[in-house]
Amino acid sequence: MRAGAATAVVLMSGPASAWGDALTPESGGSPNADQIDSLYKIVLYVAIAVFVGVEGTLVYFLVRFRARRGRVAAQIHGNTRLEIGWTVAAALIVVGLTIVTFAKLGAITNPASGPVAVAAPIAPGGVTAAVAQPPAGQAALRIRVMGLQYIWRFEYPNGVLAYEEMVVPTNTTVLLDIVSEDVAHSWWIPKLGGKADALPGYTNHTWFRVARPAVFRGQCAELCGRNHADMIAHVRAVPPDRYQAWLAGQQREIAQARRLARQARPDQTSTPSRP
Amino acid sequence: MAITRPSVRRRPRPEIVARRVSDPPPGWLGWITTTDHKRIGILYLVATFGFFLLGGTEALLLRLQLGAPNNNLLSPEKYNALMTMHGTTMVFLFVVPVWAGFANYMVPLMIGARDMAFPRLNALSFWLLLAGGIVFYASLFFSPPEAGWTSYSPLSTGDYIPGNGQDAWIYLVHLTGLSSALGALNLIVTIKNMRAPGMGWGRLPLFVWAVLTQSVMLVVVLPAVAMAATLMLTDRHFGTCFFSSACGGSPLLYQHLFWFFGHPEVYIMILPGFGVISEVLPVFARKPIFGYKAIAASTVGIALISMLVWAHHMFTVPVAPVVLAFFMIASMLVAVPTGVKVLNWVATLWRGTIEFTTPLYFAAGFLAMFTLGGITGVMLAVYPIDWQVHDTYFVVAHFHYVLVAGSVNAILAALYYWYPKMTGRAMSERLGKLSFWLTFAGFNATFLVQHSLGLSGMPRRIYRYEDLGNWAILNQISTAGSFILALGVLVTVYNAVRSLKRGRRVGPDPWRANTLEWFVPSPPPPHNFDAIPRVRSLEPMRDIRRTIEQATGESQTRCASEPVGPKAGHAG
Repeated sequence: MRAGAATAVVLMSGPASAWGDALTPESGGSPNADQIDSLYKIVLYVAIAVFVGVEGTLVYFLVRFRARRGRVAAQIHGNTRLEIGWTVAAALIVVGLTIVTFAKLGAITNPASGPVAVAAPIAPGGVTAAVAQPPAGQAALRIRVMGLQYIWRFEYPNGVLAYEEMVVPTNTTVLLDIVSEDVAHSWWIPKLGGKADALPGYTNHTWFRVARPAVFRGQCAELCGRNHADMIAHVRAVPPDRYQAWLAGQQREIAQARRLARQARPDQTSTPSRP
Repeated sequence: MAITRPSVRRRPRPEIVARRVSDPPPGWLGWITTTDHKRIGILYLVATFGFFLLGGTEALLLRLQLGAPNNNLLSPEKYNALMTMHGTTMVFLFVVPVWAGFANYMVPLMIGARDMAFPRLNALSFWLLLAGGIVFYASLFFSPPEAGWTSYSPLSTGDYIPGNGQDAWIYLVHLTGLSSALGALNLIVTIKNMRAPGMGWGRLPLFVWAVLTQSVMLVVVLPAVAMAATLMLTDRHFGTCFFSSACGGSPLLYQHLFWFFGHPEVYIMILPGFGVISEVLPVFARKPIFGYKAIAASTVGIALISMLVWAHHMFTVPVAPVVLAFFMIASMLVAVPTGVKVLNWVATLWRGTIEFTTPLYFAAGFLAMFTLGGITGVMLAVYPIDWQVHDTYFVVAHFHYVLVAGSVNAILAALYYWYPKMTGRAMSERLGKLSFWLTFAGFNATFLVQHSLGLSGMPRRIYRYEDLGNWAILNQISTAGSFILALGVLVTVYNAVRSLKRGRRVGPDPWRANTLEWFVPSPPPPHNFDAIPRVRSLEPMRDIRRTIEQATGESQTRCASEPVGPKAGHAG
């Protein structure tokens, strides 16, 4: 299977240019995106076969049976056997695609297993369609992603906050709990898997796992207001030690900012007029 | 007590009986007071084509803004307003009502009736539609709606967009919805009760089957969107909280209600187009439709299944896995009856003698391009794939292949096919073919590349984009294509206006077609039929031509060497 997928990748990527991936979804960041990509390719091949078959027949008939002197149209009203045949064939394609989809589904929704760099126990969370619960005993990083007009906010387990750019350790399964405070947004980093809508009042889930340090770009995919186009997000994957350093730095900065705020307004905690 | 069997009694066929005939008032007064289905049909067609041009202009502005990365031609609020107006106009004010226009004009003629069952209700349907359009477009002078034609809550219900444009959208949904529902009921009653003697369900023209099925769908699904719009109205103004999770409501409820209507709406927009293709192909292949029963049955099948697929628009919201599985399988199942139709149409061409008239060009273009829209529809039904391409330009490309390459091609085929019947004059074939090639090339240039844009991560509904990967060049191609497409449409508009006065005069049956509308003069008299012929087969006009042939000994079948098109029409 994997060898087949690899061949397919080579076939599809063709010359090393930006056009190689023109007919397939983004992939290469996280196993779930890669699995969606390979499922897509199977469906695409079936689609191309059907398309070429139908279009080829159509064009052939249009050319071959155009009106010409002396030609008389055959008065055919139908052919029950033929019609049943292609109904069954269409149904079989549907059945086939369904089977392939369900066969691939596990690899897309189940967070990948592998060496765990950052050990943080997973809080019990809901199992939803886009992400099944990782196998028991495996640890992962869990980040709360909040959609706000027009920025993404990331809340890390130890209280660290970040906006717009999410920093994650490599080789770690990252589980996302996706929420919204205002309107509907949709979390999407194309190379890291599919979308998950952020809806006020609901928690959506998805996951990804990045092998090598890299930066991935994405943007909000659900119309969320006038500046929807500017709601960009980046995911920066760094080695675990640098992630820990970043986390500590963020923590320090946040603590310092709080201290400064307290110094500037010593009565802050007792002032009820805080927005 | 003896039980008497109810005697088998022939029910009288309902007919429009005129007790007093007065000439319609002359001029514009005649048009606004008319209850003649043909005049109402023309009103529908003129008004909806007007809205089509408005919606198209909005699309061109959107494409101009997207023609270059980081463009500043349109402000975000203008872009969102134009995008909302474009979608809403094309769905509610063009494709759905343009079919009401063709159905109004053609269905009574095709089934051998003298008018619709409820002529005054028919007029009301049209004026409600026009009122909806005017109310909606009046918002341009205040604050147009900005939440997209889908108007998802909370964006459409909370205080996120200044102004009251959303209320104009709600008003439009109600007025056009009422218009469609009344029109649909009228058509159902007309088709059920007023068919010519001998026209059983097995002899009903396939366009009429499609209109009947579409009308039933409208009656079933319109209440859902009326409900969604009403709850939106009360959420906006009366403090109810149906769609806000902050006080016990749910934004997902809105999405379910909207798509319960919104997906069948796609088929409401395409089914009459299927009907047109089923009429046009056999006429110009000079051959009966291949598998009449299969096509009629697949129309009904599509209608049934299409009401069970709505949540495939919601694959990325938090839902239970079983919902995803069900709606994936149901969505793919719709492809089976649709595929059956496409194959039956292709088989209709097999061993025919195809005459390349303009209606056939558009019908063939429909087949070629709708097929691609259907195939990408199946790809979108596979929900892990949808997680990647949902809400991207891939989806935009998909539904434009269905709605423009599908519905609009069928609408243009219908226009070229029935224009001689409505006006007594033929449209120019030369301009028609020019229009076809321009729209064909322009359409594919606009939308084929958008599949790739979506796959490379460009979301829809963004007013500007960064210069990433191939986005700039693909968007430029798309923008250039949209202007070629627009030019092609303008050629047809020019052709239609010019042919009113300068088109060649034609007789009742210029195409040598099969159905009853070609029995009456072009344009038909107010009462349609002096005498309604008895229908003996699916192709009554063919029977009539054969009868004339036997009586006069004069050949009524076209020789293949004759020039095609209206020129060859016999002056009846």
